[in-house]
Amino acid sequence: MNLGLGQLFWVVLQRDLMVAMRRWSDICNPVVFFVLVVSLFPLALSPRAEFLRALAPGVLWIAALLAALLSLNQLFRADIEDGTMEQMLTLPYPLGLVILAKTLAHWLVTGLPVVAVAPMLAITYHLPADAIGVLLLSLLIGTPTLSLLGSIGAALTAGLRQSGVLLALMVGPLMLPVLMLGARATDIALGGDDPTGPLYLLGALLALALSLAPPAAAVAIRISAD
Amino acid sequence: MWTWFFQLASPPHFYRMAGSLVPWLLWPALLLILIGSWGGLVLAPADYQQGEGYRIIYVHVPSSYLSMMVYVTMAVAAGIGLIWRIKLAHAVAASCAPVGATFTAAALITGMLWGKPMWGTYWQWEPRLTSELILLFLYFGYMSLRSAFNDLNQSDRASAVLALAGVVNVPIIHFSVVWWAGLHQGPSISKIDAPSIAFEMLWPLLVMILGFTLFFLGVLAMRVRGEVLEREFHARWAQDVLRGANRVEAAG
Amino acid sequence: MARRRDGGSGSAELLTGTGLTLWRGANCLFEQLSFSAAPGGALLIRGPNGSGKTTLLRVIAGLTRAEEGEVQWNGAAILGRDESGRHIMAYCGHATALKPDLTTAENLRFFARLSGYPTGRLTELLAATGLTACAGLPARVLSAGQKRRAALARVLMSGAPLWLLDEPQTNLDAAGREFLARMLQEHLAGSGTAVIVAHQSIDLGTAPVTVLQMGEAA
Repeated sequence: MNLGLGQLFWVVLQRDLMVAMRRWSDICNPVVFFVLVVSLFPLALSPRAEFLRALAPGVLWIAALLAALLSLNQLFRADIEDGTMEQMLTLPYPLGLVILAKTLAHWLVTGLPVVAVAPMLAITYHLPADAIGVLLLSLLIGTPTLSLLGSIGAALTAGLRQSGVLLALMVGPLMLPVLMLGARATDIALGGDDPTGPLYLLGALLALALSLAPPAAAVAIRISAD
Repeated sequence: MWTWFFQLASPPHFYRMAGSLVPWLLWPALLLILIGSWGGLVLAPADYQQGEGYRIIYVHVPSSYLSMMVYVTMAVAAGIGLIWRIKLAHAVAASCAPVGATFTAAALITGMLWGKPMWGTYWQWEPRLTSELILLFLYFGYMSLRSAFNDLNQSDRASAVLALAGVVNVPIIHFSVVWWAGLHQGPSISKIDAPSIAFEMLWPLLVMILGFTLFFLGVLAMRVRGEVLEREFHARWAQDVLRGANRVEAAG
Repeated sequence: MARRRDGGSGSAELLTGTGLTLWRGANCLFEQLSFSAAPGGALLIRGPNGSGKTTLLRVIAGLTRAEEGEVQWNGAAILGRDESGRHIMAYCGHATALKPDLTTAENLRFFARLSGYPTGRLTELLAATGLTACAGLPARVLSAGQKRRAALARVLMSGAPLWLLDEPQTNLDAAGREFLARMLQEHLAGSGTAVIVAHQSIDLGTAPVTVLQMGEAA
């Protein structure tokens, strides 16, 4: 191997970020979609402050989950189509690490912006400051888990032509625990109770996904590139 | 041990063996289900709280037990197929999915029917029904991924990865649903209090579970036979089988 | 089904395939196929469209699994690297692995870093492959022939002893084909090995060439 594992991770991460930076729409779309979904609820239901406050944790988390599901479709697709993945498969590097780097790059350009605008949207839902803090923390721990879980599904469907709905159908159910824990943590904070329990559980899920998802996605990518 | 295993996994051998096994599974299954139904619907006394309505457990509990068991069977078979590259295992996994989804749907429907007299509504977001609903989604995801590929080999391996990811998640999902439900309505009312259930009520349930399991195995054997025949379509033994079948049809 | 025809010598054999069998659905692409290529030698895979040439190359690259049989490198199952972790193979398929939004130079720099090619020598390499003029252009505006040249530059950077090239002449002009022949001759002269899927003939100089003739499309 010509590169250490840390260097490999950095080289892949850097390249994916560079590719993403050249296409601004890829970065903006998930965030704009997130904002759009969140703004639908007051319009469709009711703009009353106490009603929106009760709704906020669930709505923000569902919108974050949908934004993640929509953006995941592109995670490995281009690499499979343009032959980059064939190169990664024939180079002497551990594929799991390459996938982890790519997933991190993907989260940085699609997940992190969503987390960043969430507090602003929470204000429009009249969420109190401490609940916003918990929401931010839960999204920060939870959305990487969504990306990691999604990387398995994205790897499985990367070679298929029409896969958007299929991907959502496959990984949506797997993402439900993250949604329940994240939304509930915020809800608990809103009720004035201590949300550390579900936050720890979210952290545990992240650790589990970090260790299991990249190898699973690596197996899946080999199948898709076949 | 291994030679035996590989001989069993050879498609023509399996096809013959499973064929002779099917009646030995399905007839006892029918018998057990009849005995269990008679025991559950006629012999067992009415529940002092739920009256006659509880008797739907004799269908609900075996279905819901099998909905989980079939998923695990499917994932184990898929894992064997993925790791040891045994095609028969993939055929088993492929055959499990629709059966498991059917049991899950049966568990959901009977659960809802039971809910009406018990809660006064068909649907209650309680952990068991909610888990069952998510399980149904998992089955649908698996089946639609399987059908999305043109290449059978790719389809087998990809869906195997999904089944394994799903089986790791099933306990996590179940645990989160129980935790989530606990926050909302306090400890939910357990439908069957295992220790206090009367023996006259319990034995038909166990008989039904056994009967349903044999039924599943029989149906699985039949489905895997069809699946293997379709996959090995070009092989000589499969052609022989199909020609034989055509002869029988022509004669009849 | 494929038959084997010997054309070259078979001394210390580095790359070997034994008993390779692959079915696609009910179609048999190849059955019990064996071949070998010694260092300094080339293996040419020929055959009509649909006879499984690309698939065979992908099997050698480890991208597709054969149902039976094994491809070996120095007597061990072929992986992306040998025991010392050295990069063994440079695969060049139909897809050129270029990101349309990155410039040619940026695209190549990524693979240079992955294969340990000194990035300082990239300018030299771009000149050699005739890509100097488009080094700063996004890969999406490159012509098909220029993309092919960039892919060949990637193969040169790899420093791998085994080259796996799938119809490398596609879209190349006369000068490009000549460059390809020269780079292959140099690679083989330095006891490299090459497996090439080719329709047209390639001038490989004096290097021993084995032709693997794949059969009719099933």
